Formats: sequence, C-alpha cells, structure tokens
Amino acid sequence: MNQSITITDVKLKHLDLAKHEARWGLIFISPWIVGFLLFYLFPMIASIGFTMMNINLGNTEETRFIGIENWKRALTGGDTKILESIINISRFALLSLPIGMGFGLFLAILMNSKLMIGKELFRTLFYMPTMIPLAATTLIWTGVFNEYTGWINLFLQNVFGVKAMGVNGVRWLADPNLIYYTYTIMGLWGVGNMMLLLLAGLQKVPTELYEAARVDGAGWWRQLWHITIPMISPIIFYNLTLGVIGIMQYFLVPYILNGGSGYPEGMTYFIMVHFYKQAFTYFNMGYGAVIAWIIFLIALALTGLLFGTANKWVYYAGGTDK
Amino acid sequence: MSNIQNRNADMYLTQDLLKRKRARNELIRRLKSAGITLASLTVLFVFLLPLVYGVVGSLKSDNQISSPRAPLVIPSSQRKYTYKGKEYDILKVPTNDGIKEWAIVEKSPDYSMFIDPKNPEAGEIKWEGKWITLDNVWYTDFKWINYVDAWNKIRFERLLFNTAMYAILSTFGAVMSAAIVAYGFARFRFKQKGFLFMIVMATIILPPAVTLIPTYFVFFKIGWINTWLPLIIPAYFANGYNIFLLRQFYLGIPREMDEAAKIDGAGPIKTFLLVILPQALPALTAVTLFHFFFCWNDFFGPLIYLISARDLHPIQVGLTQFNQLYTQKTNWIMSASITSSVIPLVIFFFAQKFFMQGVVITGVEK
Repeated sequence: MNQSITITDVKLKHLDLAKHEARWGLIFISPWIVGFLLFYLFPMIASIGFTMMNINLGNTEETRFIGIENWKRALTGGDTKILESIINISRFALLSLPIGMGFGLFLAILMNSKLMIGKELFRTLFYMPTMIPLAATTLIWTGVFNEYTGWINLFLQNVFGVKAMGVNGVRWLADPNLIYYTYTIMGLWGVGNMMLLLLAGLQKVPTELYEAARVDGAGWWRQLWHITIPMISPIIFYNLTLGVIGIMQYFLVPYILNGGSGYPEGMTYFIMVHFYKQAFTYFNMGYGAVIAWIIFLIALALTGLLFGTANKWVYYAGGTDK
Repeated sequence: MSNIQNRNADMYLTQDLLKRKRARNELIRRLKSAGITLASLTVLFVFLLPLVYGVVGSLKSDNQISSPRAPLVIPSSQRKYTYKGKEYDILKVPTNDGIKEWAIVEKSPDYSMFIDPKNPEAGEIKWEGKWITLDNVWYTDFKWINYVDAWNKIRFERLLFNTAMYAILSTFGAVMSAAIVAYGFARFRFKQKGFLFMIVMATIILPPAVTLIPTYFVFFKIGWINTWLPLIIPAYFANGYNIFLLRQFYLGIPREMDEAAKIDGAGPIKTFLLVILPQALPALTAVTLFHFFFCWNDFFGPLIYLISARDLHPIQVGLTQFNQLYTQKTNWIMSASITSSVIPLVIFFFAQKFFMQGVVITGVEK
C-alpha cells in the first residue's frame, strides 16, 4: 500500500517536471513563435487575400476585390512576361548551377589534396571574394567584361589573336547568347561557402575506401565517380537545394547592370525582376502577390522534386530514416 | 665463405635498390606536389585577377578612361609641357628624324605648331599634318586621389554609418533572440517540438517574396517606410537559419554541464547564461559574423524599404546609385567598389576561423 502511494507520487512529480520543462521550453522559443506569426504565417495568409485584390499603394482608395482576375492574367497568357521570365531563369539556372557546383567541387578537391602546399592560404584566398559586397563584385566584373577596355577581351585579343575587342568583338554584356555565361562567371566569385562545405565533406570520407579501391585497380576518375561523389552527395544535395531556391530570387546583378530592363533582348528579365517591377515600381501589390506565389510554388515544386528523388542519388552513411 | 659474401652483396644490392626506389618515389611525390600547387596558383591568379583590375582601374586618370588610345592596363597620365605659363599636351610627332615628343601649342586642321621641350629656345616648329591622328605621350601615374574624390562624392562616411548602424542593431537582436530560441529547442522537451522545428527549417527555404507584400503594406500603413525599422525590428524575432546553427552547436554541449549547474541550484535561465552561452561562444561568434555580413550585403530590403530616404541608404544601394550617376567615371566606380570591400575583407581575415567553422556547422552536421 505504502509503496503504491510512493509510485503515484513519483509519477505525479514526474508529470510536474515534464510540465515545468515544457513551459520553460515554450517560454524560450516564444520570440520565434511571435515572429513566425507576425512575419510568416499572417503575411502568408494575407498574401492569398492580396492576390484577389486590385491594390495600388500609389492610390489606395481604388482598392477593390477582383476575385481571380490577377491569377487569370498571370496564368492564361494575359502577361507573357511571366512565362518568359520563368524560362529565362530556368535556362540561366541550368547553366549556372552545374558550372558553379562543378567549380566548387574542383576547388574543394584541390584543397583536399595531400600534395597541395599551403592549403589554408589557398582556402582563405579562394573564399575571399565571397566577402565582397555583391554590388561591388558586379561593378568590378562589369569592367573586366567591358568590350573595349576589359581585360578578358584584351587577353583574348593579345594572347589568342581573336578579334575580341570593339563592337564586332566578343560582347560579353550585350550578346544574348553570351550573357548567361557572363553572369555565371561573375557568380563564381561567390563559390566560397560551397567550397568549404564540400571540402569538409571530402575530409570526412574514410581513407580506407580509397585504399580498397586502389587495391581493386580503380583509377582517379573512377574513385571520384564511385567513392567521392556518392560519399559527399548529401552536401551536394544541400547545396543544390539552396542553389535552386536562391536562384529563383536572382535579382541584384541584372538590376545593377540594366535596371531590370532585361538587356540584352530581354534575356536577363528574370522572375524576381518581374516581381520587383510589378510590386515596387508600379506598386501593383495584388498582382505582385500573385508573382510571389508563383515563385513560391515553383520553389516548392523543385524542392519537392529534389527531396522526392533524394533517395535515388543521395547516399546517407547512417542509412535513411525514410 | 663466398656464399656469405654473395649474400651480403645481395643484401647491399637490395638495400641500394630500395633506397633508390624510395628516393624516386619521393621525387615523384614532390614533383606532383609542385605541379598541383602550381596549377592551383594559376587558377587562383586568374580567379583574383578581377580584383587587380578593380584596383588598377581605380587608379586611372580621367584622361586615360576617356581617350580611346590610352594605355589599357597601367594607370597613366598624359605628359604635359608648360610653355610661357600655359600647359600643352605632348604628342608623338613623326618627322624625318624619327618620332619626336613635342608639345602642341597651336592646333590647325592641316598643320600645327610645336615646341620641343628639350630645346624650347629653338622656338615654334611648324609640322604639316593632322594633329588629331597623333598619339599622346603617357607616363605611369597612380591617381590615389580618386579614392578621396569618390569617397567625398558618394559621401562614403554616411553610407558606412548607415550600414554599420543597420548591421549592428539588427545583428544584436538576431543573435540574442536566436540564442534564446535555440536553447528552447535544444534542451527542453515539449509537445510538437519536432513539428515546430520543422517549421523553423521550412522558413529557411521559404522565398521571402511570398510574405513581402503584406508585410510591406503593413509597414507602409504604420509609416515605417523610409525608416530603418522594417529592416531591424523583424531581426529581434529569431530567424530560422541562426536558430538552426545555434541549436546544432548547443546539442554538442555535454548535458552533464547542465546537470551540474542544476544540482548547484541553477534554474533554466541561470544555466543558459552561465553554462550554455559561454560554451557556445564560437557558434555565437559565427552567427554574429554571418548576420552582420548578411546585413552588410543586404540589397533588396534597403532598396524597397528605404525607397526615397537617400540619407539612410547603406553601402550596397548607395554604390548602385553612384554607378547610375557616374557611369562614365569608371575610376571612381572602381575606387568606391574597392573601398566598400575593405571592411568586410579585413574582418574576414581576422575572424576567418570562426567564419569557416560556422559555414561547416550549418551544412555538414545536418
């Protein structure tokens, strides 16, 4: 009898403790909860409402409910810029993400080589440009790519003898066929974080794997393809996810270079530029909200696609939870 | 006897062979090492060349950037000659005695008058030809004054102050709030913790555009547009990325330390302040640096929220507008760009250890 009372007591005390702990936990996370409600949940709900309004900040009296008009305009071809800008950003992403990741991986492999002298210094210096404000980066690269005075054309002309300089030369910033390459090369200056992450991943690959592969006669390429890449696939996956979401919001470079005009030939008119123009140049908040939701849905679909196919190509050393 | 000698000789031979083989391997290893390092140096050189371009471009003279036949790489100025109190351009003049460097004192379409700076007593020399086809004489000249001019034109101290204020005020709130919230997620059990943390993670990958319009609308209605408030206040409510990074780090702090504090009678707040925070100093430093540079480099936020408050603009937006105003003055644009990179680079070099650790915590430990 006595004993059972004690057990109930312990249980009660335990329950109290759990309650106590939960209360403290909630207190500590409360700033985030408030912030989440104020800056994420309510705005997201309100944003759906906005898509059904004709609302212009320049003239708020005109605000009225227009149902699905905005959506109709965006999705049924009333606004050709939507599809155009999505195609543009997709084409740019397909070029720039693989090249950027390839370059990051290339650097990480170099930095991971046992034979490399002065690794830490190299790492610091390759990371360095990532720290330069993007506006400065863009302005500096614009100079480098200048058709008349830039060093790239100067190099092409004087070393390779290509007639690169001038109006009939290589027009990095004006040729619609080159502009995505130009932007991609500019983007390489931001490779730092990816390089560090991939490097950290490479350092964690057990050396026994390589030794075993060497015994089996596997060369450098086969080791890279069959050991290194699968072993760091979670990091590639992480970077790819962030890269895809990040590129949907690609804005600063075209904004600085052409003020969002899409120059040359509309090639750099990306979805985020369209969003900015509608929402913050023309102050069409309702229609801007529609574009925002389209950005969100595309990002969601792509993330879903990545996570959905992850178990086919991402290798988790500890096994998958799913 | 001979047998033994033979064996000895054999042994020497093998040892010698082994030694030679080892020496050869070592040589190959060194050669490979030199090769890889050299290749990396080349890549690095090309990779950082634009920075050199920026510095070189920032030192060019106004004449150099506007004359089509000016030297393209080395910062240079036109050579001048002062004759009878007036300054004249020195040009390369082809004569029967080869190319002369003469100062042009009188320009006419078909002939011009020159002075030989080496022999001004000889008086004016008449030269038949079109002076417009003649090249200037250039000499190497670094215009450090561009940095001063660009600084004053862009009012750099104001941009710097704005950027620093925005970055400091916002980083303070971001780090403080994330440190507290991450503690809640790392050390306490409560219902829906898993679910809530999933939402934290989801907010990291949520495109900001989707919440932007209603948020902007509210800020507009309460008169916060063209103030720093929309950029600073939301930072005080803990953002997902910082929570995630700090929680990862807190989880690595041994629980025994909490328990020990508890036995000493410390409550959750005391434990947080006296155990967790001191232990998490490297991660807190990383988050501080990340957020600071996020603000330093933020562009879209200041662009839309400070739309007509030019006096509040931070560096990135100021730089963009400077570029629109002085498109032709590439030497100023380059010096402003280089100047705005100096502070982040200096901080980076001093704090790179924390920086790189922080990057790795977010990505790999997941």
